Amino acid sequence: MTSEPRRDDAPAPLVYARGLVKRFGDFVAVDHVDFEIERGESFGFLGPNGAGKTSTMRMISCMSPVSEGTLRVLGMDPATDGTKIRSRIGLVPQEDTLDLELTVLDNLMIYGRYFDLPKQVIRERAMQLLEFTQLTDRAKDKVEPLSGGMKRRLTIARSLVSNPELLILDEPTTGLDPQARHLLWDRLYGLKQQGVTQVITTHYMEEAEQLCDRLVVMDHGTFAAHGTPRQLIDRYSTKEVVELRFLSGEHERVAKDLDGLADRIEILPDRLLLYTADGDETLAEVHRRGLVPESALVRRSTLEDVFLRLTGRTLVD
Amino acid sequence: MTELSPETPGMGHLQQGRMPLWLRPVGYYAYSYKRTWRASITTSFLYPVLYLAAMGVGLGSLINHHVHNVDHVTYLDFIAPGLLAATAMQIASNESMYPVMAAIKWLKTYFAMLASPLRVDDLLLGHLTWVVIRLTMVSSIYLLIMALFGVVLSPFAVLALPAAILTGLAFAAPISAFAASQENDTGFATLQRLILVPMFLFSGVFFPVSQLPEWMRVVAYCLPLYHGVDLCRTLVLGQLRWGGDVFDVVYLVVLVVVGYLLGRMTYHRRLIV
Repeated sequence: MTSEPRRDDAPAPLVYARGLVKRFGDFVAVDHVDFEIERGESFGFLGPNGAGKTSTMRMISCMSPVSEGTLRVLGMDPATDGTKIRSRIGLVPQEDTLDLELTVLDNLMIYGRYFDLPKQVIRERAMQLLEFTQLTDRAKDKVEPLSGGMKRRLTIARSLVSNPELLILDEPTTGLDPQARHLLWDRLYGLKQQGVTQVITTHYMEEAEQLCDRLVVMDHGTFAAHGTPRQLIDRYSTKEVVELRFLSGEHERVAKDLDGLADRIEILPDRLLLYTADGDETLAEVHRRGLVPESALVRRSTLEDVFLRLTGRTLVD
Repeated sequence: MTELSPETPGMGHLQQGRMPLWLRPVGYYAYSYKRTWRASITTSFLYPVLYLAAMGVGLGSLINHHVHNVDHVTYLDFIAPGLLAATAMQIASNESMYPVMAAIKWLKTYFAMLASPLRVDDLLLGHLTWVVIRLTMVSSIYLLIMALFGVVLSPFAVLALPAAILTGLAFAAPISAFAASQENDTGFATLQRLILVPMFLFSGVFFPVSQLPEWMRVVAYCLPLYHGVDLCRTLVLGQLRWGGDVFDVVYLVVLVVVGYLLGRMTYHRRLIV
């Protein structure tokens, strides 16, 4: 982000991008973005599928060449120092690349050898990581029959075998059930407390709120906004939201009757969103106007609301 | 909350060794091989024994009875080094078709490797290194069994081991390049049926190419396996013809180099986007 100029004595950012572009033929996946990721923070890329998050991640992890612009990771250029950079980062790709026919432990052992770590070091760290990701009981089992959540945890464990400075997580919890997701969030929070810098992409606003110190909202290859989750909500949404459901097909008509009740009204196919400072007061006013919704809910604003405001679309279609 | 480790986070790279990057994938192949080595070793012993018994001794007794010898040696002595080269071709081809497709598409092993310090060229070189290791294992066993069957080995027979490895590599390199360019595995069956099997039959493994009609002989001389068979046979039997053998080596080395360069191209195109 082009926030304020860097001071010379500030520590160099772990990741630095200026005018970063990724093209696939004529398609521009990432369109001139600027950002900096500082040591120790959790930095999020929030956006819907196809926003350019994964392309950005793949450039940072030196697996995909930069089409245009400047990218520095750990102070080095991915174009010339890919091997050095990758020896210091851990990658959790969107799709698991585990060897399904090998055991859980062997997957970790093998991965450690790509980094040429001493066998004893890999083994000790693997046992700790299996403990950390709650997979110790499955150490000797093949990967194939494990649940999606377990495979994801193993992928995360594997990315940590090399004890990296920077952990890159591309949609770490997509497709997991809520329980598995909460366990993963807990583990990632633990890592952050131990000082591991994290870059996370997600299309779950709840995940971004839980995990990220700072984030960018990405859409069509560009950044629609950036800041802390709190800042983004303050800037782009109201304190509270009233969600109203009427009989289907009535939302457009009812919206007219609600005119002036809220700072802003969003009409979604299944509900109306009223953005307001005081949700209870707004809801009371709805009732005073003689409107009787099928259901009503007052809640705090979330990043989902920010995203809706910025792009006119919901995150998960 | 389980503490991860007493180590300083992010200092892992300080413990990393200096093993050449292209050698590192071999660790993976060795681990995977642990799963299947029993079956693989059995086949490595069994096939040469069966082939040498059936073709060399069985069919050989009939042939020796009628024509006394083939190219001045017994049929067993004739066919054994030919089968050595053909086996090298088979092993190397098998290792370079489905396993390469699996590493790209089914198991995505290559993508796991690319997230580590390894580069695309290291994946290709690592794969070919593993093929060399497999060829060394299988060809050594084959030579041993040849000796047990009483095939007359010249002192040059020790060179048949590198010759068989070279023969295998001449297939492994271009076939890996081909595999990395394929979207699915249907091309492998075609390669097997239309190229590898006919080559196995007409490259002088079972009968001297001189028995073929003139035009087929010319075709046979162009086949890579013919040169692998010729090289292995002349070394095993000690019938070296310097010009011919040097040409065999050059031909096979050119295939390895061209295949490797093509492989770099197809691997890069497939794995770096």
